[in-house]
Amino acid sequence: MKVHEYQAKELLAAQGAPVPKHIVCKTPDEVAAAFDQLSNGGGAMVKAQIHAGGRGAGELLGHSEKMGGVKFASNRDKAKAIAELMLKFPLKTLQTGSEGQKISTLIVQADAEPAKEYYVGMVLDRAIGLPILMASTAGGMDIEKVAHDTPEKILKVPVSPETGLLPFQAQKLAFDLGFTNEQIGPVVKIMMALSKVYFEKDASIVEVNPLAVTKKGDVVVLDAKIDFDDNATFRHKDVQALRDLGEENPTEIRAAKAALNYIQLDGTIGCLVNGAGLAMATMDIVNHHGGSPANFLDVGGGVTAENAVEAFRIILSDAKVKAIFVNVFGGIASCARIAEALVKAGREVGFKIPVVVRLEGNEVEKAREILNAVKTELPAIRVAAGLTEAAKMVVELAK
Amino acid sequence: MSILVDKNTRVITQGITGAEGTKHTNLCLEYGSTFVGGVTPKKGGQTWKATSGKELPVFNTVAEAVAKTGADASMLFVPPGLAADAIMEAADAGIKLIVAITEGIPVLDMAKAKRYLASKPGCRLVGPNCPGVITPGQCKIGIMPGYIHKPTEPGKTGIGIISRSGTLTYEAVFQLTSMGYSQSTCVGIGGDPIIGTNQIDLLEMFENDPGTEAILMIGEIGGTAEERAAEYVAKHVKKPVAAFIAGQTAPPGRRMGHAGAIISGGSGSAPEKIAALTKAGIAIAATPADLGDAVKKAIAAKKK
Repeated sequence: MKVHEYQAKELLAAQGAPVPKHIVCKTPDEVAAAFDQLSNGGGAMVKAQIHAGGRGAGELLGHSEKMGGVKFASNRDKAKAIAELMLKFPLKTLQTGSEGQKISTLIVQADAEPAKEYYVGMVLDRAIGLPILMASTAGGMDIEKVAHDTPEKILKVPVSPETGLLPFQAQKLAFDLGFTNEQIGPVVKIMMALSKVYFEKDASIVEVNPLAVTKKGDVVVLDAKIDFDDNATFRHKDVQALRDLGEENPTEIRAAKAALNYIQLDGTIGCLVNGAGLAMATMDIVNHHGGSPANFLDVGGGVTAENAVEAFRIILSDAKVKAIFVNVFGGIASCARIAEALVKAGREVGFKIPVVVRLEGNEVEKAREILNAVKTELPAIRVAAGLTEAAKMVVELAK
Repeated sequence: MSILVDKNTRVITQGITGAEGTKHTNLCLEYGSTFVGGVTPKKGGQTWKATSGKELPVFNTVAEAVAKTGADASMLFVPPGLAADAIMEAADAGIKLIVAITEGIPVLDMAKAKRYLASKPGCRLVGPNCPGVITPGQCKIGIMPGYIHKPTEPGKTGIGIISRSGTLTYEAVFQLTSMGYSQSTCVGIGGDPIIGTNQIDLLEMFENDPGTEAILMIGEIGGTAEERAAEYVAKHVKKPVAAFIAGQTAPPGRRMGHAGAIISGGSGSAPEKIAALTKAGIAIAATPADLGDAVKKAIAAKKK
């Protein structure tokens, strides 16, 4: 689960990290009022709050001038004008997809112009099964690119889940990064706060990027990002309250309500599969034979007829879908049950596009009989003998 | 021969009185596995009845179950919030093989459990978030459909399978069985970011198992375990190895069903994994329809 920059900063500030003052705003008038409070005779930053990264280098789609989602305002009127534009046009970044993301929340942040920028973040190192604190003097940049191109620029410390980050570890890292004696205190505070949030709230990523030394010499959290472990939000009511459904794909939210694991993609072939691995592999085989998957969909092992019908409704709600590929390996679940759900879905939803079905495994003969019996009633359903044949067939039908 | 489990393995079910625990203990018993009891805290002293009529004792703790039944393996269906603790309880009680089926365990719980297991060298964890382990014809611990597997006859060899996925493993087994290949042991290692037994552990075991002729490794996007496994194969594995990587079309930054299946931090993509596996001389299945064929090719290439 992702949260906004302002929420991440507030969590870090609550653990003692120095964070520039900000005010959360929903309208241009609120932005103007916030500017009055925070500009202190100078200017202030206006920052769009969306879950995707790369906001500063992004682009407001439809606006005549090139403008991103992070902008300095030198006076009240400019702050208001910036807010009007940001709340009007969707923001496209490297992480949003081509349509961009609608901005509904802004923050006005007290100016903290950086003189030098660093990166500090805690993530899980899967290879060792432990969280690590990563830090780099190459802050403010895409840290993934830094890690890939110049791995020597990133310092790493494994952190024990029993103790969390220890003060001496933070202090050593701060010295290794080259901070001055005066700066060590606040840098250690930021690192310790980051670790506390990570462990106490079951985060999967806590990043301060950049951690900035401002032109005035202050050390602050200039931008922050936190993702939470979806498997652990059940035990953190306060974290659940931070969820912003407006940032999530509505179809994916709808699917989750029916216990379906659905991710929307850009292609034309709707996929309905049982099991996450097979669902990914089904997308792959569609691609291999020249088609493009419209979604990832794992209906799970014990899917009910009702949820299977909902799965078809969800796939069909995507106007780009030209054909559907049902690929089910009935392990312990019966193929016949899937076939029955398919017939029920056909009758309730109506298939106006071809549905290619590949079933294998438990009670597959019975399933084929069920589908054969509705051949004239539901002509859209086509049963394929094998996986490759099914993939080729659905790719051809989607053309 | 086989690895991890055989006809002598004595299994208990942790969470035996729950719906899933009951259903799958029944299916494992029907397959012929030796189950000797179950654990559900506060239900100790009760008797669990199988659909076949067989009765198993229920214990409050794993320690008591081990003491009374001599169990050496556990099949774990404990709910996610309690599962990591149940894993550590089993390790503490002297269980040698813990097969954790549970999906959705918090990552930090597993980080702690993994550290705890490091202090119990005699204990091995498979999973979590996995279908389990099966040595066809001898012992099934998990939720995989038994009937698709083909047992390896005594004195003969079969295919060993290592997989991060459930249904994709069934697909592979089904293809191998249809082609006439038996399996030595099939291990679902799980789809989570932190797992107990990894690919390298099993590559070593299969390489040393006289009952295993060739190895099929089914991976997916996320992490760098396949890359490390490829390096290990190049250095230490003489047997034929085939592999498939799911998620070649997965978008970066999205979790594809499994908690561990995500391209992030600039690593974990399918092309990187496939390149590393190919470099190690591993036969790659281009699509999930070619899993059996890739094994066949790997075996043929070694015979040349």
